Amino acid sequence: MTENYVGKRVKRTEDPRLIRGLAHYVDDISLPKTLHVSFVRSIYAHAKINSIDTSAALAAPGVVAVYTGKDVAEKIGPVPCAGALPDLKVPDHRVLATTKVYFVGHPVAAVVATDRYAARDAVDLVMVDYEDLPVVSDVEAAAAGGPVIHDGFSDNIAYRLTSGEGDIDAAFAAAERTVKQRVLHKRLAPIAIEPRGVLARYFPGEEELTIWSSTQIPHLMRTQVALMIGIPENKLRVITPEVGGGFGSKLNVYAEEALLGWISMQLGKPVKWIETRRENMQATIHGRGQVGDVEVAFKNDGTVLGLRYSVFADMGAYHQLLTPAIPTLTGLMLSGAYRIPAIQMNITACFTNKMATDAYRGAGRPEATYIVERAFDLIAAELGVDPAEVRRKNFPGPDEFPFHTATGLDYDSGNYEAALDKAQQIINYPGLREEQKKAREEGRLIGIGVSTYVEICALGPSQAMPAGGWESATVRIEPTGKVTVLTGASPHGQGQETSFAQIAADELGVNINDVTVIHGDTGVVQYGIGTFGSRATAVGGTAVYVAIQKLKEKAHKIATHMLQADASRVSFEGGKYSLQAAAAASATGTSEPVVPVGEAPAGALPEPQTEGKTSATIQDIALAAHLAKELPPDTEPGLSATYFFEPKNFTFPFGTHICVVEIDRETGDIKFLRYVAVDDCGKVINPLLVDGQVHGGIVQSIGQAMFEEVVYDEQGQLITGTLMDYAVPRASHVPDFELDRTETPSPVNPLGVKGVGEAGTIGATPAIVGAIVDALAPFGVKHLDMPIKPENVWRIINGH
Amino acid sequence: MKKAINLNVNGVSRTDEVEPRMLLVHYLRDVLELTGTHVGCETSLCGACTVMLDGQAVKSCTVFAVQADGSSVTTIEGFAKNGELHPVQEGFWEKHGLQCGYCTPGMIVTAAQLLDRNADPSREEICHGLEGNLCRCTGYQHIIEAVQYAAKKAGQR
Amino acid sequence: MIPAQFDYKVPATLEEAVALLNSDLDGAKVLAGGHSLIPAMKLRLAQPQLLVDIARIKSLSYIREEGDQILIGATTTHYHLESSDLLKQICPLLPECAKSIGDVQVRNKGTIGGSIAHSDPAGDWPAAVLALDADLVLVGPNGERTVKAENFFLDLLTTDLQPGEILREVRIKKPGGKFGQTYQKVPHPASGFAVVGVAVHLTFNDDGSCKSAGVGVTGVGLKAYRAKAVEAGLAGTNLDDNAIATAVTHVCDGIDPNADLYASSDYRCHLAQVHTRRGIQAAKARVQ
Repeated sequence: MTENYVGKRVKRTEDPRLIRGLAHYVDDISLPKTLHVSFVRSIYAHAKINSIDTSAALAAPGVVAVYTGKDVAEKIGPVPCAGALPDLKVPDHRVLATTKVYFVGHPVAAVVATDRYAARDAVDLVMVDYEDLPVVSDVEAAAAGGPVIHDGFSDNIAYRLTSGEGDIDAAFAAAERTVKQRVLHKRLAPIAIEPRGVLARYFPGEEELTIWSSTQIPHLMRTQVALMIGIPENKLRVITPEVGGGFGSKLNVYAEEALLGWISMQLGKPVKWIETRRENMQATIHGRGQVGDVEVAFKNDGTVLGLRYSVFADMGAYHQLLTPAIPTLTGLMLSGAYRIPAIQMNITACFTNKMATDAYRGAGRPEATYIVERAFDLIAAELGVDPAEVRRKNFPGPDEFPFHTATGLDYDSGNYEAALDKAQQIINYPGLREEQKKAREEGRLIGIGVSTYVEICALGPSQAMPAGGWESATVRIEPTGKVTVLTGASPHGQGQETSFAQIAADELGVNINDVTVIHGDTGVVQYGIGTFGSRATAVGGTAVYVAIQKLKEKAHKIATHMLQADASRVSFEGGKYSLQAAAAASATGTSEPVVPVGEAPAGALPEPQTEGKTSATIQDIALAAHLAKELPPDTEPGLSATYFFEPKNFTFPFGTHICVVEIDRETGDIKFLRYVAVDDCGKVINPLLVDGQVHGGIVQSIGQAMFEEVVYDEQGQLITGTLMDYAVPRASHVPDFELDRTETPSPVNPLGVKGVGEAGTIGATPAIVGAIVDALAPFGVKHLDMPIKPENVWRIINGH
Repeated sequence: MKKAINLNVNGVSRTDEVEPRMLLVHYLRDVLELTGTHVGCETSLCGACTVMLDGQAVKSCTVFAVQADGSSVTTIEGFAKNGELHPVQEGFWEKHGLQCGYCTPGMIVTAAQLLDRNADPSREEICHGLEGNLCRCTGYQHIIEAVQYAAKKAGQR
Repeated sequence: MIPAQFDYKVPATLEEAVALLNSDLDGAKVLAGGHSLIPAMKLRLAQPQLLVDIARIKSLSYIREEGDQILIGATTTHYHLESSDLLKQICPLLPECAKSIGDVQVRNKGTIGGSIAHSDPAGDWPAAVLALDADLVLVGPNGERTVKAENFFLDLLTTDLQPGEILREVRIKKPGGKFGQTYQKVPHPASGFAVVGVAVHLTFNDDGSCKSAGVGVTGVGLKAYRAKAVEAGLAGTNLDDNAIATAVTHVCDGIDPNADLYASSDYRCHLAQVHTRRGIQAAKARVQ
């Protein structure tokens, strides 16, 4: 393979349409006669619905229909949950509330009108008579007993699970020291800047329903929605046009997606619903939501013997697609980047009168990394040693991979020490510690936080996934030589239209501009799983790569036939199949001039000229394959290959983040002085995109560490209901990042890639919190819960 | 109830009758089908809907179309001239200043305003200038570099 | 996201605007920049029947010197104030305050009159006009009246503006002699509104001692206020560290400081003290 593109900072092919405002997100698609849907949502966290009066709304101008829970309960199946755990309680989750509402924002009725203004107006005319019920807002209170949210369940506990390997009791018995810490992971709102949106159009004659949805998983959504509304799966087409960010919040099947499809079928017209930001805060999944205690057993020399994490996980009122699975991902990653012989995780997952939690960037793994990294900081504090050194002491060596953890995983490859060394070198760690010492003497509060994380990516082997962990690709070369890649992944900002084109262009020796990557349309693309869990490149990119190898096998066969040579003499290089050197030498000067790709003559397809040739371009072969006049015997016409790649393992990217902060003693303000990140995501297809993923991830971590927190009060009212209250980081909140990399290829896939979509969110929070805690160490602080606001810091400094 | 309005949008004169409550962003998107201007919040905070109104960057979700009567509006669709990208657009492409692209049109309009008023901004001035625009993907660093690129490029022209 | 229906009128003159406003005292609202009103309407927290758009009355947007006064028209935008070379010279507190408001898009459209009339407890302009002891000129069906800023802000979102009245102009006595000013703000990380905002305007005697102090505080109470005890504690002193430290302890006197998710009352009061002190020090350092 000639590496013209892979490994280079290639500008994105997606960008021209996006920077000119010509791309199409769901709300940018307009179909004639579209009706608009607006939702009546519960203003109570828990209440009985005594009655709903829709008459005034129905009489309002432009209103076409109003649907309530009673209208659809028997018609549309429950909102699916794919989490399968022993004894899991799964509440019956209907698309509209039927007899009770369970959280603020719970959809109660759908108003359909001729335009969005009329639909919104009529929402105010739907009269719902509610009867207050006791609210369960706090997850620990939910576990402790009290009012039970769902009828038919004996308590609010969704499931309990204990996982881990090794003798945890023996580890604690043998420990010379232990530390224990309560740790909170507050609920976070994913806040994709494009809220959700759905457009559905039913053609009654063809009996075909098309749903445009801002989702990360078009195929999985198609399967689930088809089951929910009872349409044959192959009569439902799901299209994800441009998707304005997801971060896990669109890795789901939502009530609105099925309901809009069903309404379109009832009314025979297109219907559209675009989520408002307030709805997004209330009724799009939240992330995190764990309260736990971590305990670590270790020796006086810093060797860790065991780790136990007992956690209350806040499910919210219902399970969305992966709600119950998220804490189990935390359990998987509790070994961090360390050799920990015994690990135990105890989950108590509870229902509360709040929106469901589910996958938000990192999805359970940031919690794990945070727990483990905080624990290592506590060990360092307990032993009075440098936090970097206690980490280094417990790293498995680079020759110990595949490395088996007490959480049951086999880490694919790694060199944790190399990443730590590099980060320490960049930031001049010893010098920095000296500087910190001097600053402390002057009364300045400077803190240094270190995080040596490992994450689990490329989800994943199908055995470990609820609905398949493979990914698919079709690569075909069209008669004119253009290359089309169809991927089952569904990128929404990650840039795989470019990175997959880089892979294809290099593998096929063509210009990247001749490659088009198509995704997110179940009517066009073979079944796929989607984009989440930092999987698209490692799993989906590999599918593209292998499909191309299959395609080239066939192309080679055709080339051999065209060049009338023995197969062993024909080799592929630079986009051409050529006779091998000895034979080709005699033909020097006779080869045809290179015609730039993309300049094929208009009109009739040219006849492939093969006579006397010593080489044939991949485009020549594509044409020959489609004209099918000169194919070797028993060869199918056409030049296309499909591959479904099933990974044998996850991948395990890792790295070291070091953060330096200074605190204003008077106000508690926290200022970043430096931020160094050395990430290892295996082989890199496009460093520009990798940097972008890391930056974005770190900034979401800054949000979590310092600002973000979804707050419900005791009555289950959402206090952070708009962007006026919920702080998403802005440009002025972030430091200038210094990024670098080490590169440890993954043996799990032929590209050697590991994935990077969530690295920043996973690796950064412990570094930031560690830095703030370190700055406050002179006050005896060993741990602080996120978000760490200036007031918390001020209280510590001033002993309040 | 409806009011007649007359605007110049991206150099084209438009006359329409709209309800007074129609937001400028809905007028641009739903009536004129200029869908490059996006809506990301309800509280005038995210900046995805930013357009130029008489040469001033405004949040078109917080302006009624009737308020823009008689004004000239430039949306993201009006930024490239004769097929040539605006230096800010070029900067965003060169420096990977966008991922999902949803905040990008507003971000570009605001960045252009920033450079109109300050041809050679410092990093801090860029951050201050972009305070009205949220991006959840990029972590801002590439956006800042994109603006720096555009400043340099515009300086060369 | 979608406001309720309303009617919209564009008066040609202020008199016409006042008449329109008085045609429907319950339902009519003045629209200027709209950056307080429109978000409230989109959330349907406000549902006026009629909007009277005064932003098109060209004669209401100006910054000018007249005698010993600075006159600012009600629909002058924050950006206009932020970028005014005249103000940067003669009253830099105003551009500094303007620059701290919201973001560039908000400053391009929002107006000083709208902000003052809305009297958001965390709005920035009220602090500045209080510190500068501004006069506010109000026009109603019975003519014009002038109210001191400190008598204008009455309570949460409540001012002395009577139904049917419109704020026409802000009048500020042109700072003379030696003076120093600043606006210090802690912006809320989400909304950008002031968690605490402190506007400081100091005048000095020839010997360098403080002749008078104006300290306007926003974000702390239900309405912006003048911290009179601080002002009194500074006047006549040499503004040495001790004098300042003592004076600023009184910044929350008589106020029950607000509390929210970002800052408790204690912390808010502490921030008010710190930023008042920093503001006084900065104003002192900038004496001109």
